[in-house]
Amino acid sequence: MLIAAVSTWFFGSLLVVAVTRAPGWQRVRESFFDPHTAWHSLPTILRGLVLNLELLVCAGLGAVAVGLVMAGLRTLRQPVFFPVRLLSGGYTYLFRGAPLVIVLYLFTLGVPGLRLRGTPSVLVLGGCALVIVYGAYIAEVFRAGIESVHASQWAASRSLGLKYGQTLRYVVLPQAVRRVAPPLLNDLVALQKDVGLISLAGPIDAVRAAQINVAESYNYTPYVVAGVIFVLMAVPLIAVTDWVTLRAARRQSADAGR
Amino acid sequence: MSGFRGAVLVLAGAATLVAACAPASQPIVQTSGSPAADCVPATMGTLTPGKLTIGTDDPVYPPWFTDNKPDNAKGYEGAVADAVATTLGYAKNQVGWVRVTFNNAIAPGPKTYDFDINEFSITDDRKKAVDFSSPYYDVTQAVIALKGSKIAGAKSLADLKNAKLGAQVGTTSYRSITEVVKPAPQPQVYNNNDDAKKALQNGQIDGLVLDLPTAFYVTSAEIDNSLIIGQLPQPSGTPEQFGLVLDKGSKLTSCVSQAVDALRTDGTLAKLQKQWLAGDSGAPELT
Repeated sequence: MLIAAVSTWFFGSLLVVAVTRAPGWQRVRESFFDPHTAWHSLPTILRGLVLNLELLVCAGLGAVAVGLVMAGLRTLRQPVFFPVRLLSGGYTYLFRGAPLVIVLYLFTLGVPGLRLRGTPSVLVLGGCALVIVYGAYIAEVFRAGIESVHASQWAASRSLGLKYGQTLRYVVLPQAVRRVAPPLLNDLVALQKDVGLISLAGPIDAVRAAQINVAESYNYTPYVVAGVIFVLMAVPLIAVTDWVTLRAARRQSADAGR
Repeated sequence: MSGFRGAVLVLAGAATLVAACAPASQPIVQTSGSPAADCVPATMGTLTPGKLTIGTDDPVYPPWFTDNKPDNAKGYEGAVADAVATTLGYAKNQVGWVRVTFNNAIAPGPKTYDFDINEFSITDDRKKAVDFSSPYYDVTQAVIALKGSKIAGAKSLADLKNAKLGAQVGTTSYRSITEVVKPAPQPQVYNNNDDAKKALQNGQIDGLVLDLPTAFYVTSAEIDNSLIIGQLPQPSGTPEQFGLVLDKGSKLTSCVSQAVDALRTDGTLAKLQKQWLAGDSGAPELT
């Protein structure tokens, strides 16, 4: 314990000394860590954060729903469903490969150009783009979960007389979702940042608000402020992820009878 | 014990790192006010001795530059940069251009340019981070819209109160919206003017705020059925001005400023404005 404390103190102070003795430190400190600018930019950044949170909730739920449906379609066994599996697979290939920014551009600046009646607002279009792209990643995560459930579970359900849909709903999915909770939560943490990309189409999110402040003052502190806020926002989510992972690992190692 | 040896090795490595980060010889920061005789290529402390390196963004737009080629000395800023270089005594083959993004132009740290020209507006806040030369252009902001837009007939600022306006991020155009027009709907902000123009064409914004020369160029040459609604008054009473950006505490600031002042007094700036920013008058002023 003592060695750990001494070592931490030593490396910590080494790092601090290395940074603050660098020749440009004074200017970097004024440019990135200016308290006055930080305080001044905080209200606008928090206002932009509201947009991030709203989109996170909506896009997250949408992506999980889309992912679940697509994974379910892709894991259909019978040969007659081959075209469905093909389309679902194609969807995951296409939207995992396509850069999110480009999909956002197409949805938010391309679709309105068609001037169709009833084109939804930029936020809805951007949300759809996020749902479609993240749905592809989450579909693969769910598919991995579903396929990791042992075949004996399916066999046992069949012998109990459960239909395919009932098996999926009562036996397979609960196990699958619990297994892939860590990567799922990981994707959610990533989505937390990516929702901000919708600002390329006009709305002002937290990072964009920081950018506006940076450009007004030529001082980078607002970026640091926004970064800190995002980390603080992610900490509870990451903590939950770690706790779930740990619990799942314990449970699985307990199952193995160790 | 291997644990102890490992610890010693790591500590030795870390100590070397700290020593390596020791300050290099401090750069000499001259205060401005060096006499004019020092402003010749031989004595100016440019990045590359005897050569002037000018920075600008990628891409660059008319009427400030043409064909995204800053070194062709065409376009208002292309011509001004060329004139400044000539005034300082640099021949055409002694001038080099580099492309610098906005963030790289204003970040602390060594710069890759001697001065940067890219429609930077001079403000006191920004002077804490970079040096500015004397101004080379007085800017006004203007609102453009499509011909069928709901603000096409706007005659005053009050008519714009319910308009959804857009601007590029980090521009004084955006500040004009928030400080002068103050419309009820939240302004839309775009990464660059290309996205903003697309949004205007899609009808996602009612009007787009740009500096007046760009507004003239866009309405005359780029977007077919668009028009200039009018010029906006200055945000805080002080006129907005473009200046060349130099590294904070740069030795070249006074020489470059003197060159710009010389171009102003001998009428070169006015002549170039008439040549490249010809449509500058004729837009109504909204109040």
